[in-house]
Amino acid sequence: MTPAVLFWSLAAAQIMLVAAMGCYAYRVVRGPRAQDRVLCLDALYVCAMLLALTVGIRTGSGVYFEAALIIAILGFASSVALAKFLMRGEVIE
Amino acid sequence: MSHAYDLPLWAAVLTALLVLIGAGLTLAGAIGTLRFKSFYERVHAPTLGTSWGTGAMVLASIVFFSALGTRAMVHEVLIAIFITVTTPVTLMLLARAALYRDRTEGSGDVPTKSDVRRSARSDATRVRGGTD
Repeated sequence: MTPAVLFWSLAAAQIMLVAAMGCYAYRVVRGPRAQDRVLCLDALYVCAMLLALTVGIRTGSGVYFEAALIIAILGFASSVALAKFLMRGEVIE
Repeated sequence: MSHAYDLPLWAAVLTALLVLIGAGLTLAGAIGTLRFKSFYERVHAPTLGTSWGTGAMVLASIVFFSALGTRAMVHEVLIAIFITVTTPVTLMLLARAALYRDRTEGSGDVPTKSDVRRSARSDATRVRGGTD
């Protein structure tokens, strides 16, 4: 009973997260302007991080937690760099 | 899922609920970005996933690994703190960049700088109640 509850809820959550990533990917590809693309890229990496957490719960290993932490940190840096690029036209002045 | 056989039922149900809440909120935010019309509306939608979407998922991970007893489990709080601190910074930078781009192009319905200054000045006069 216990593994079945976890298995199906994790499967549903992963499907929902992948659907969310699909929505964001659509905006990244079709987004009318550059700021829409950057915004949805930012949200896309958060979804990927949540997906890594669900995989960590599914496999029961702690490796995925570190992967999620690294994704969160690097995603923040890249989003700030892209936002700065939109503002100034260059990243490092 | 063989590791989950040692898990008590309450922990499994709590984990399942939290995981579903987190993923559902994230999906709602993603659909929001598809449905809103302008960028300034769209910038609000993904925060659903970065606030309680991440929060619920992190709580689920904490409950699961603590109940399983494989490791002592507050590492995940790091992720929650980090996402909570960085998301507003990113989105504010992005919204300012978008405002700047819209202003320099002179496009859309964004208020110009002189509009903002004028309304701030009239607010100040109203607060002081003066006529200067």
